Amino acid sequence: MEIGIAVLIGVLVTSALYLMLSGNMVRFIFGLALLSNAANLVIFVGGRLTYGAPPLIELGASAPSGAVANALPQALVLTAIVIGFGLLAFTLVLVHRAYQSLGTVRADEMRLAEPDEGKL
Amino acid sequence: MLLTLSLVTPLVTAVLTFLVRSQPQLQRGVSIAGAFVLLVFALALGVEVVTGGPVAAAMGGWPAPYGIPLVADLFSAAMVVITGIIAVAVTIYGLGEVDPAAERFGHHTLMHALLFGVTGAFLTGDIFNLYVWFEVMLIASFGLLALGGRREQIDGAVKYVALNLVATLCFLAGIGLLYGATGTLNMAELNEAVPAIDNDAVVLATAAMFLFAFGAKAALFPLFFWLPASYHTPSVTVSAVFSALLTKVGVYALIRVFTLVYDASALPLVQELLLWSAALTMLTGVLGAAAQNDIRRILSFHIISQIGYMILGLAIFTPLALVGAIFYILHHIVVKANLFLVGGVVRKLTGSEDLAQIGGLWARTPWLGVLFLIPALSLAGIPPLSGFWAKLVIIKASLDAQHYVAAFVALLVGLLTVFSMSKIWLEAFWKPHPNEPAAAGLVLSRAETWSLIAPIVGLAAITVAIGLVAAPFYTVSVTAAEQLLDPAAYVHAVLGGRP
Repeated sequence: MEIGIAVLIGVLVTSALYLMLSGNMVRFIFGLALLSNAANLVIFVGGRLTYGAPPLIELGASAPSGAVANALPQALVLTAIVIGFGLLAFTLVLVHRAYQSLGTVRADEMRLAEPDEGKL
Repeated sequence: MLLTLSLVTPLVTAVLTFLVRSQPQLQRGVSIAGAFVLLVFALALGVEVVTGGPVAAAMGGWPAPYGIPLVADLFSAAMVVITGIIAVAVTIYGLGEVDPAAERFGHHTLMHALLFGVTGAFLTGDIFNLYVWFEVMLIASFGLLALGGRREQIDGAVKYVALNLVATLCFLAGIGLLYGATGTLNMAELNEAVPAIDNDAVVLATAAMFLFAFGAKAALFPLFFWLPASYHTPSVTVSAVFSALLTKVGVYALIRVFTLVYDASALPLVQELLLWSAALTMLTGVLGAAAQNDIRRILSFHIISQIGYMILGLAIFTPLALVGAIFYILHHIVVKANLFLVGGVVRKLTGSEDLAQIGGLWARTPWLGVLFLIPALSLAGIPPLSGFWAKLVIIKASLDAQHYVAAFVALLVGLLTVFSMSKIWLEAFWKPHPNEPAAAGLVLSRAETWSLIAPIVGLAAITVAIGLVAAPFYTVSVTAAEQLLDPAAYVHAVLGGRP
């Protein structure tokens, strides 16, 4: 199972890099979303995968009985998803705004802050 | 207690400034008061750490390693104090510089949210929590960068956001891998757990991910491209606080992770990478600055070049080199912020930041010339200012460790820094203004003079003080470096007498 997820992470990172290097900011955002999911999966696998053992504590007990899934990575992934979602939303709005005021989503054509000195 | 107070103050201030956003005067008052309170708590924390050694507090009452600890050793405490100083300086400066529209749209709130993230990053003792603080800092900085919405700002923000997010995700994945290998996120516990990992590949792979992530935050060669693309676009106040604190959080994280979590001396490959990267960072930064003709763009490239010195200290990794790195950070934050602040006044008095279109300031305002020369000469390392001692320690450390090439590069870059600073001096101050009648009409109002000049004078005084009375600052750096190299006190403060 770990091997399968590891391969999946590899595929996600590869696709993310391909999209991010295309020079188009909209594709970059899709790449970012994939990369953020890949990072979340890394944390998830880092906590080891278990099958069908939710970390629930019996009523009245203070610790779960037997081996259960590691709850910490789930908490970490949840935090990372929330933060990642917020940042993704911000990036989306920023790129939309960039398209409105700069008229392009191609990174190569965004030269306002760093004008090409050769043409000045 | 002081740990929590230093951290909560900027959060409370951010919330308060948001609540009173309809009353500009009150909002400004709250913002400045918040910055002063932060400085007071930071100083008290500094005193506590100097007298009693590292302190730690368990958040939510959950004892480490299960809960998230806040920890301050001397390095953290010194960084928080300097954050407080910068907070006070830029909030006062902002009164005369920030556009009222930007204030209405949350400049003060975002500024204190940024300080919240920075303080949190300096004080946390948990590596996943460090990631969260990075995000707090990032989202606030995105807002500050784009606030105002001029086209150059949006352009700069796109690049800043894109490259920083990639670095952050790499950091997150590194945390996941490290957790998988050790089963803990507590940095004090990682100090014991990482050497116990029996697989070298895991150690090196995670170290490389942190190196990339923090290297990008710190603007190391070759990961610095987001910085010159964006730092000159927002208001001067925002540029100053970015230049002072953001990259330094990256440097702080590099130093913290490669002394506490990993022992850099046990990872020769990382050390080698840091060394080359530091030398190339110094060189490319200063050469990039030489090619620019706009004050803030010159200063932005100089941030990069100066980061190289700090990382050189980490790369050499002798006690003296770490002392140099810490001393350099403290000196640099004050000087760099001040140069940006002076740049803002120059723009107000001449109407532009483009060196070709300005001039004549020495004849009109010689006092501003002096206030520019203090941080500028300190940046270049001219005695008796603070930069001289900082460079002296770093270069001495590299000579002692027989890194002659690095020492040579450090000296050469100092010389090229003088070139850049004298370029600003000649163009902005010495030569006559190309459009004299138009420039004569640009004067500071009385209120502007106070709010703009007071922080510059204050920071210049600190620079001179560090230069003339270097001993106490040096002693603090020595103690901080000792605590970094022997984290036993840090670990004890966090984990206590745990068996």
